[in-house]
Amino acid sequence: MWTWFHRLASPPHFYRLAERWLPWVGVAAAGLLAWGWIGGLVFAPPDYQQKDAFRIIYVHVPTAAASLSLYTMMAVAGAVALIWRMKLAECVLVATAPVGAGMTVVALITGMLWGKPMWGTYWVWDARLTSELVLLFLYLGVIGLQQAFEDARAAARACALLAIVGVVNVPIVKYSVEWWNSLHQTSTILKLGKPTITADMAVPLYAALAGTFLLCAYAILRRVQNELLWRERRTGWVAELL
Amino acid sequence: MTKRQQRMAAIGALVVGLGLAATLGFTAIRKNMMYFYTPSDVAAQAPSADATIRLGGLVVAGSVRRGEGLRVAFTVADCESEVPVHYEGILPDLFREGQGIVATGRVGTDGVFTAQEVLAKHDEEYMPPELAEKLTDENGKHSCAEFKRVVQS
Repeated sequence: MWTWFHRLASPPHFYRLAERWLPWVGVAAAGLLAWGWIGGLVFAPPDYQQKDAFRIIYVHVPTAAASLSLYTMMAVAGAVALIWRMKLAECVLVATAPVGAGMTVVALITGMLWGKPMWGTYWVWDARLTSELVLLFLYLGVIGLQQAFEDARAAARACALLAIVGVVNVPIVKYSVEWWNSLHQTSTILKLGKPTITADMAVPLYAALAGTFLLCAYAILRRVQNELLWRERRTGWVAELL
Repeated sequence: MTKRQQRMAAIGALVVGLGLAATLGFTAIRKNMMYFYTPSDVAAQAPSADATIRLGGLVVAGSVRRGEGLRVAFTVADCESEVPVHYEGILPDLFREGQGIVATGRVGTDGVFTAQEVLAKHDEEYMPPELAEKLTDENGKHSCAEFKRVVQS
């Protein structure tokens, strides 16, 4: 049962697997993003209150969701790296951090651009906005910690610990709008129960959401490949490949 | 226990411990995590006249009175209580009757909230204008349930 797990952990095997998957992931990401963004920005009807300003949802919600999911994935990779000492998990951990940080920045900036015309302010220190900012700092902390070490394996182990400690913040970001009073509204689609958005607006949103996740997968797979090549640069399979 | 199981247990204990600590910590400072007070909170425990607080609630339908210049008076309510608000300044585009707002200001001795800033609090519902027209009822389209009480009675 564990053979696939061990095979997946082998750097040359994973490199080739990623190489085979990448074109499909890339094409699917581009297609879904094109569908989601053209459908959302051009064809979806305007909102009854926000008019066209609501269209920022097609970037804001997917990137914010990705910022949380990628952090969780990074922490899981960190746990695998610490428990099984798996090199591939270390690579996934360090490859995910910059992508996640990018998603967090986009979510924060699009939120601020929407906040100014809709709320009347770019920023408030409510629970949702503050915890999302903390999430960005956690990502930056993982990136910085990784740069601070000479040895890649020691770096990955320190990053893994930080990633696991920071995972406490993920449910806080997600449920901040339900546990506490905040200026930020509660979830529209990623919640239990019926989505509070009409189907003609929601379908492009789901496409943009899937496309954003696949785009992240593409970027992370490429970064994992780079990391593997660099770490294994003195081995036979890399010499053979290049 | 093997080394691997020990590491697994240590990481498990770390996550559980941190989760527990965070839960206890945030439960203890629940009040401080609240971005605003509700009209029910103000009714239950009037804040002192020199304290600046945030008040969040729905603008009561039919309560908005425009004065001269940028002066405006309206009432903010949650599911139980109401607070009259006076404000002079520019209101956000989404300000309208039935809409959620968060105002920053002081409660005077007369019980009137004088706001220095008013922000619109949008809710999580999105729909095209044609549908919104069909859905209007006398209470407006917005729910008062999203305003959580800070002071527990």
